Amino acid sequence: MKKFLTLIFLLNFSISDAYSIQPDVFVQSTVNRASEILSKNISKEEKINNLKIIAKETVDIKGIGFYSLGSVRKVLNDNQIEKYFELFENYFLKSFSSRLSEYTNPKIEVQNKEVINKNYTIVKSVLVSTPDRPEVKIDWRIYTKNPDNPLIRDLIIEGLSLARTQKEEFASILNSNDNDIKVLFKTLKDFSKNY
Amino acid sequence: MLFNKALLIYYNFIMMKKLAIVIVYVFLLAFNANAASDGELVLNKSESKEIKDCFEKLNRATFALNQGLDKTLIKPIAKGYRKLPTPIQKGTKNAVTNLSNLITIPNNILQGDIKTAMINTGRLVVNTTVGLLGTVDVANKMGFPKYEREDYGQTLGKWGVGPGCYLVLPVLGPSTIRDTAGSFVNVLGGDPWYNVSIHGNNEFLSEGVYITSKAMGGIDFRADNLESLDNFERNSIDFYASLRSLYLQDRENKIKNNQRGNVEVIYKDEEDWEEIENK
Repeated sequence: MKKFLTLIFLLNFSISDAYSIQPDVFVQSTVNRASEILSKNISKEEKINNLKIIAKETVDIKGIGFYSLGSVRKVLNDNQIEKYFELFENYFLKSFSSRLSEYTNPKIEVQNKEVINKNYTIVKSVLVSTPDRPEVKIDWRIYTKNPDNPLIRDLIIEGLSLARTQKEEFASILNSNDNDIKVLFKTLKDFSKNY
Repeated sequence: MLFNKALLIYYNFIMMKKLAIVIVYVFLLAFNANAASDGELVLNKSESKEIKDCFEKLNRATFALNQGLDKTLIKPIAKGYRKLPTPIQKGTKNAVTNLSNLITIPNNILQGDIKTAMINTGRLVVNTTVGLLGTVDVANKMGFPKYEREDYGQTLGKWGVGPGCYLVLPVLGPSTIRDTAGSFVNVLGGDPWYNVSIHGNNEFLSEGVYITSKAMGGIDFRADNLESLDNFERNSIDFYASLRSLYLQDRENKIKNNQRGNVEVIYKDEEDWEEIENK
């Protein structure tokens, strides 16, 4: 019986290990997918739509949305949170895919990874240099709470965090308007509408 | 010539007028940073999680002015500069970088990094002589370590002086009280290139040469970032706040000599991430 339990445990362990995705492998496969789309001979609109699909699958949009809100997230009611996520997702997907669509055939090489704790790993990579542009260091903050489904929570480009920048941008809008969440809602809505 | 003089007067005016205020601020900041504390804690205490944008209204107005100047003058020049043959652009970048060694070396020493100061001195000598006044980066080809600029603002930061309030300077752009104070050191004798150009009393150098070299550095930087800044502006809901954030993050990294960032420096409060659950 003891042997049987040990076997079950080992089998279970090896199965779960086999299905968990290493954060560095996850990043490399994600950038390969994005790179394939960007190098395709399709319209910018199509590229943006395809990039949005990848972003929905690989980026923790809700997590980033929460982080970007800062301490204000603690005082919002359920309706406000629901509305915020709807607006944030639209804003994020438009902004993210449009930023990426400017690049054609970017080559990103994953170098190594640094485990911060069980929830987070930083994957280090470089955007390979071209005659027009120097090498760019890009680090990926990967949320690994569910090892079977790692998710991107931040991009750190040459030491500059996009999540922190976004958080400080949102804080600036809220601070200038007495922390009125409606102003942030309107700003996000206008961005998505006018883009 | 007249334009150059006007620019120089303007530059000195800005620098001198705020000098007294800045000196007082720096002493206050330094006192604040050192009071009742020591060692590592000094720097940590001098940093706040909140951005201190004490002059936000004025800063936003100056930012709008700078944006106007950028659109009408600097950006078109940078676009033209990008059309120049690559060797000219590269030579300009190398020469401007080589001159920046004159500020980097004293700051290496002030930060106690004598080894890097010696390496940078070697780099300056090699590039200025064999590298034809710095236009060719011979030192890089010889295998010198990667060059990292240092300035007096970074040195003040390294000594434990906090950034103080965020500032947007006319023409010069984002800064902080500490970094502006650091810039004053350049015109108060801390920049040998400024000294020999303005006060050198020689026939080869003049204020025009100094201003042109600084302007070329600015144009080269703008040309390098034409697409990335456009893209960033298009995708920002508050471009002023975005640039402020990027500037402050970049300065933190430079002061701590983190070339690709560091989790503790970037996020400041790791718990902020930890409490977010993927609901």
